[in-house]
Amino acid sequence: MTTRSLPPYARLLGIVAAPADGGATLAMPFGDATLGRPGFLHGGAIAGLLEMAGVAALDAEIAAGGRTVRIKPINMTVDFMRGGREATSYALGTVERLGKRVANVDVVAWQDSRAKPIARAHLNFLIVDDD
Amino acid sequence: MGMVGHNGALGLRWCDSSDEWIELRLPWRDALIGDEAARLMASGPIFTMMDNATSLAVWQKIGAFRPQATLDFRIDYIRPAKSGRDVIGRGECYRLTRSIAFVRGIAHDGDADDPVAHCAGTFMFTGPAWPS
Repeated sequence: MTTRSLPPYARLLGIVAAPADGGATLAMPFGDATLGRPGFLHGGAIAGLLEMAGVAALDAEIAAGGRTVRIKPINMTVDFMRGGREATSYALGTVERLGKRVANVDVVAWQDSRAKPIARAHLNFLIVDDD
Repeated sequence: MGMVGHNGALGLRWCDSSDEWIELRLPWRDALIGDEAARLMASGPIFTMMDNATSLAVWQKIGAFRPQATLDFRIDYIRPAKSGRDVIGRGECYRLTRSIAFVRGIAHDGDADDPVAHCAGTFMFTGPAWPS
């Protein structure tokens, strides 16, 4: 997953590919575009990072399998566990199952420590053959 | 809505309200695209709009500001919003308890009877109402 392949919405939030050795899929440095109430990340920006990391993880899994398909989000459930502070956030997407028609993806986001997640999401995607 | 921060970056606007709900508007912008091939809006901006619309609906129901944090939020993306169209989000608070506000809402791109998304969530109060 390269930054170049991230869509305009991800670039608006400042989302970039995470360092290869950090165990994350994507990173989102703190910036005005992510600010909610003073001193805290907006929950919507966290949700955006979670969604983009889920899509990135699924794209990678699909590419690894040599398939050419389109993915469509069906739904997304987010638990907010800690307030996000003015720091870089990281997100790791895990494809729990990639089937013929549906993919189930879990994503976790953290700042200082992976052991202290700020939010997690579960996303379901529809897989559509690209022909 | 403010022009700064995450809401400002998305261009989120106040739209309308009734006694029961709050409506916000997300004007179409290329910067909100999540699927470049189909030129579709990402679902993240709709998530933010619904989080905000339902959050405001809680304060509307209380009749005061009360600090709260989103505990969980779920969105079903029924269909993609049409490319180039503004998306409108209507949020309501359907139940208040001492600690938790239960909310729901819909987002649509012109016809509220043909929504693009449904949402449901909970907010947890983190302090007293102001003014009390």
